[in-house]
Amino acid sequence: MKDNALTIPSNLPRTRREASKGWAWPKFRELWEYRELLFFFVWRDIKVRYKQTVLGAAWAIIQPFFTMVIFSLFFGRLAQVPSDGLPYPIFSYAALVPWTFFATALTQASNSLVLSSNMVKKIYFPRLTLPIATVLAGVVDFVLAFVVLMGMMLFYGLTPTINVLWLPLFLLLALVTSLGVSLWLSAMNVQFRDVHYTIPFLTQAWLFVTPIAYPSSLLSEPWRTLYGLNPMAGVVEGFRWALLGTDTAPGPMTLVSAVVALILFVGGAFYFRHMEQNFADVL
Amino acid sequence: MSNLAIEVARLGKEYHIGGPQKSYHRLTDQLADVVAAPFRRAGKLLRGQANGATELNEKIWAIKDISFQIKTGEVVGIIGRNGAGKSTLLKILSGITDPSEGYADLYGRVGSLLEVGTGFHPELTGRDNIFLYGAILGMKKAEIERKLDEIVAFAEVDKFLDTPVKHYSSGMYVRLAFSVAAHLEPEILLVDEVLAVGDMSFQRKCLGKMDDVAQEGRTVVFVSHNMGLLQQLCERGIFLQRGTVHTDGTIAEAVDAYLQTLEQTKTLDLSERTDRKGLGKVRLIGVDVTNGSSAILRTGHPVRFIFQVDMLVPGLACNFNVYDTIGQPVTSFQSRVRGPEDASDPENGLKFICELDELLLLPGRYRVDVAIIGDNRLQDFIEAATVFEVAEGAVRGRPVQPDGKFSVSMSHRWTLPTDR
Repeated sequence: MKDNALTIPSNLPRTRREASKGWAWPKFRELWEYRELLFFFVWRDIKVRYKQTVLGAAWAIIQPFFTMVIFSLFFGRLAQVPSDGLPYPIFSYAALVPWTFFATALTQASNSLVLSSNMVKKIYFPRLTLPIATVLAGVVDFVLAFVVLMGMMLFYGLTPTINVLWLPLFLLLALVTSLGVSLWLSAMNVQFRDVHYTIPFLTQAWLFVTPIAYPSSLLSEPWRTLYGLNPMAGVVEGFRWALLGTDTAPGPMTLVSAVVALILFVGGAFYFRHMEQNFADVL
Repeated sequence: MSNLAIEVARLGKEYHIGGPQKSYHRLTDQLADVVAAPFRRAGKLLRGQANGATELNEKIWAIKDISFQIKTGEVVGIIGRNGAGKSTLLKILSGITDPSEGYADLYGRVGSLLEVGTGFHPELTGRDNIFLYGAILGMKKAEIERKLDEIVAFAEVDKFLDTPVKHYSSGMYVRLAFSVAAHLEPEILLVDEVLAVGDMSFQRKCLGKMDDVAQEGRTVVFVSHNMGLLQQLCERGIFLQRGTVHTDGTIAEAVDAYLQTLEQTKTLDLSERTDRKGLGKVRLIGVDVTNGSSAILRTGHPVRFIFQVDMLVPGLACNFNVYDTIGQPVTSFQSRVRGPEDASDPENGLKFICELDELLLLPGRYRVDVAIIGDNRLQDFIEAATVFEVAEGAVRGRPVQPDGKFSVSMSHRWTLPTDR
């Protein structure tokens, strides 16, 4: 049976399947090779996201908009929470737009592997594509909510300053934070379904520890810099600065946020890599 | 001089017991486990179920120490009973799960068809799904575009290409999925039991496609329970038993070895059988095939199949399939499909009784695979739950002789030409 004359083909790539020991490098190269699949997953998620709903993509706007209305009534009017000299509705909405992107990404992505368990168990493809595609698909919702934000700015007669050129950087920060948290939660959710039950609480708590309903200017240094440990604080205040010209120019807080977001992302990628070898066995 | 396509060396995969079976973990479970584990260990030691540190680790090897080489262009069938490690082996080869020890080297692009259509999204149209599923299987967009017409034509779904697949019949769904997969052109193709679907004509078409794949010099590894199919498609067979290679030879040798061990297990008490599938809430605990009075079954005589289960759950049903000695499926019985003569008898207790007025099987040996369904889920499935022998008899007075090739006889009558 064993034919010793078998030669190893030199023209074909070799794939080795073996036990991975310890902590390995995240499979970013493979992700790049499968970028078309990533694209198809994003496209699928966008296409089916609001299927069988009456209001469709309007949901992307309804959520942040009505949160803004409620915040304006209770925090703005009733509690007289300061808003850095801006009309409270636009002050909170400018923060709710990136926040909603983050919260949706985290909620959906944490479930992405579990929801695709059939596929994960039966087909090999880079598992990273699932949570990442889910996060990226949220960009469409973000754009819709953002258009409303621009409408509101027009309404309040606010014109963005030159600071707006920095906006893409804050969007990137929001994206990196969302991806980082999503990688952690999605991989964890495979092992511990508790994650699923923690998410609503987690997003709610995170909403209140992020300066959305109130400004971070309530804090004095060094607490403000420390506040940057919540990367969403950096994102939200960055958005306000870039669009509305609040007095929250990128500073130490933003820097702290950026570093934390990067750590979250890199750590998430390694954790995901460490866990992914068991996904098919545990799901 | 041939090229190496797959090299498997000392491959092993260890599962924690409770790991693969338990569908999810909760942190609280783990915490409870931490508290309970020492007591459980102590209990096991006391009861003599464990005596050393190694056995305290509740782990099982799904496959262990498997080594073989496959050369380019070879078509290999992997056979074995449930739980023998076939699927685990294929999952490792396709990269879905990592082995615990040893390695497998694959040369060239690998395509795997472990379950056709799992990547489909019901809300998307047929066309969209072709692209999505193709990408999941590792095809490039340009490649899919190039083959689109071919894929659609093969699947025979051109009219419904822009309909969401949730409106497809299951046949169309499977045809489309298979068609996409069949147009994947890897150097190595790993296939798990996918041909058990679709109608006969499509199955034949798939077989043709598979044959083409093999003809083109690509390497194919097949896992199937269908011995007839494997013998038709493969040259070589690897028979796995309890996670190790039992026989590695021609497909005929492997199938022979497999069928022999299948029959041997019949002597095992059903309760001792561990090669089961299903949830296990209800178990099959006894099978009996009788001729009412005598123990010998004869062609054309009545026969009763009796299946005893250990519990009653809603929607309990019993299916059994009969196979001949070379593993070809012969016929199947399903209690769920009701006939006017079906009845429930409280006297029977936990027994399914299937009565045949005349057994229309030709003399020979037959194997019975039994599935018990309850709560809408597969509860128990045992291959070769029993093996029975049919002796020569007569169908409506017509003598029936054994025949090496066929396995079914039918009652019939002739009208002959008269020579005046």
